[in-house]
Amino acid sequence: MFELIGIPPQALFGQLLLGLINGSFYALLSLGLAVIFGMLNVINFAHGALYMLGAFVAWFLLEYAGIGYWGALILAPVVVGLVGIVIEKTMLQRLYKLDHLYGLLFTFGIALILEGAFKHEFGVSGQSYATPALLKGGTNLGFMFLPFYRGWVVVLSILVCLATWYAIEKTRLGSYLRAATENPRLVQAFGINVPVMITLTYGVGVALAGLAGVMAAPIYSVNPLMGSHLIIVVFAVVVIGGMGSIFGAVVSGYMLGLLEGLTKVFLPEASNIVVFVIMVVVLLLRPAGLFGRER
Amino acid sequence: MFKKALLAGVAVSALTAGSAMAEGISGDKVVIGVLTDLSSVYADVAGKGSIVAVELAVEDFGGTVLGKPIEVVSADHQNKPDIASNIAREWIDAKGVDVITDLVTSSVGLAVQGIGGEKGVVTINSGAATVRLTQKECTATGFHWIYDTYALAHVTAPAVISGGGDSWYIITADYAFGHSLEADATQVIKDMGATLVGSVRHPFPSADLSSFLLQAQASGAKVVGLANAGQDTINSVKQASEFGIVAGGQKLVALLAFLSDIHSIGLELGQGLNVTTGFYWDMDDETRAFSKKFFDKFGKMPTMVQAADYSSTLHYLKAVAAAGTDDGVTVAAKMKEMPIEDAVIHHGTIAANGGVIHDMYLMEVKKPEESTGEWDLYKLVKTVPGAEAFQDPKASGCALVQ
Repeated sequence: MFELIGIPPQALFGQLLLGLINGSFYALLSLGLAVIFGMLNVINFAHGALYMLGAFVAWFLLEYAGIGYWGALILAPVVVGLVGIVIEKTMLQRLYKLDHLYGLLFTFGIALILEGAFKHEFGVSGQSYATPALLKGGTNLGFMFLPFYRGWVVVLSILVCLATWYAIEKTRLGSYLRAATENPRLVQAFGINVPVMITLTYGVGVALAGLAGVMAAPIYSVNPLMGSHLIIVVFAVVVIGGMGSIFGAVVSGYMLGLLEGLTKVFLPEASNIVVFVIMVVVLLLRPAGLFGRER
Repeated sequence: MFKKALLAGVAVSALTAGSAMAEGISGDKVVIGVLTDLSSVYADVAGKGSIVAVELAVEDFGGTVLGKPIEVVSADHQNKPDIASNIAREWIDAKGVDVITDLVTSSVGLAVQGIGGEKGVVTINSGAATVRLTQKECTATGFHWIYDTYALAHVTAPAVISGGGDSWYIITADYAFGHSLEADATQVIKDMGATLVGSVRHPFPSADLSSFLLQAQASGAKVVGLANAGQDTINSVKQASEFGIVAGGQKLVALLAFLSDIHSIGLELGQGLNVTTGFYWDMDDETRAFSKKFFDKFGKMPTMVQAADYSSTLHYLKAVAAAGTDDGVTVAAKMKEMPIEDAVIHHGTIAANGGVIHDMYLMEVKKPEESTGEWDLYKLVKTVPGAEAFQDPKASGCALVQ
């Protein structure tokens, strides 16, 4: 059997596939962040907490309403999206005229409050959420055992990313959105209700986080800290991809997942910093990120 | 010149006056500081429950010692040794804290025990696991209560090895605790003639452990040992089941799992796991009575760390009463003289290095059909006597042991 850079290829392919799975979560979360930043100019620090909220809503639905995974996959993002809309309508909206920093601090506060409330109520050990019966088990790919559920996560996240990209780049509604980002006044003059569009954009952006939360629930335990562990990495992903670039966020999400997977084989201790090392290098060489435009 | 000498004289007499105050209770009260993780990964293992346990001990002791009130203060060290050190220094220097307990997280435990030793203040580790606390880094005022990495390795690993698990792969949390546990387990594996196929260190904390589990799976070892704790262990067990590690014929061993972890994992995924613990609520009438009181206050059954906080606080207060003072060095010496007898630890002794020696229990997590309630999680496999479970103090390398 041949070896690649000192490790057997089975192990390498296995780790790459795992990296892709983690990359799916990065991509889905950074996609929502990029959409929100691109359209609203808000650095949404509450994204991790809303991802956690998505997982908890799925758990509530199962525990108190008897609605399983498939129902939660639709309902939880809707609930999280509505929460997002309320936050935007009642509070966030007032901060658009100010510096980015205010939005960042505001959403950071929201994240701390949400996380603290859940920690107080549910502790940190987390709640178990079973894998849906249809996706239990897995298959042996020859080089690794792939749980069906993880395969599903990759497929679903790629579909959602493609759909979002298509909606923004190729549809009429998407063109309004992009136009409103460039020149809100002019777009409003054409009779398009820009504030409503922005509210909906925020709702959809955080709904994506909620969706990622539901997808994560069966893999990790449903736990108030799950968002804060992830959000910093996801921000690094967005910075590397280029703030506001949807394509960049998605591609760098998957890419960094893969790179992190490789690090876990070669230098496991460094696997939690590799993303930040890359961020530093990218910022030094291309301050606007890999796919970002200089403004 | 004369002025300077005079000043120096005043300073020296002030210092000696300070140490002469050792008799009686300093500050007219005994202050117990619970320094724990209130917000992060070990908040369920210790956390708020630890504060409740300490308060319960104070209540059961009668609320006063030598006629003076007992006060409980607490703080969140966020699992960071630097933050913990700052709080400990402030508590000792400015707030008159007489004893610091809990200290979950080994890096924190080591740092604060060092400060306590330097300042002559009693520190009781019931949360941290590293055996280093009672080895070279032992202090005259430092105690290690209910369990350590040596005991975890020496109770669980021999049972697994004699059950046929003679090749191991260890997944380790990359910090003081994981390193200690890995080293102790490796020693047992070698001593018993089993082989260590490999090991991998993961960042602490890690949400996704599948990469490391996959490496363990590919190693072909019969046993996959988890030298991590709390959330990391919970995720390891969940994800090991997802990737079919146990279904593939490998045995999964959580070298350290707390009751709260197993409660979160659930019996469906956790069944059959071996767990080593120094306390379980459902052992006898005394443990059940204590646990019920704790449950009524807190809504959860105590973990071994929280139970240890109760036991150690009670023992500390008994020693203060017996010594007639809250001076750290005097009380510490008294604590080591007295046997430990309470609802949590029956018949315990404290060695010169500060390590508590008492019976440890090897448990097996019940099958769902065997369990009669939410907290009915373990069945006893075997009781291991303290002398067998814990390191011989003479071999610990602690300078306090003759």
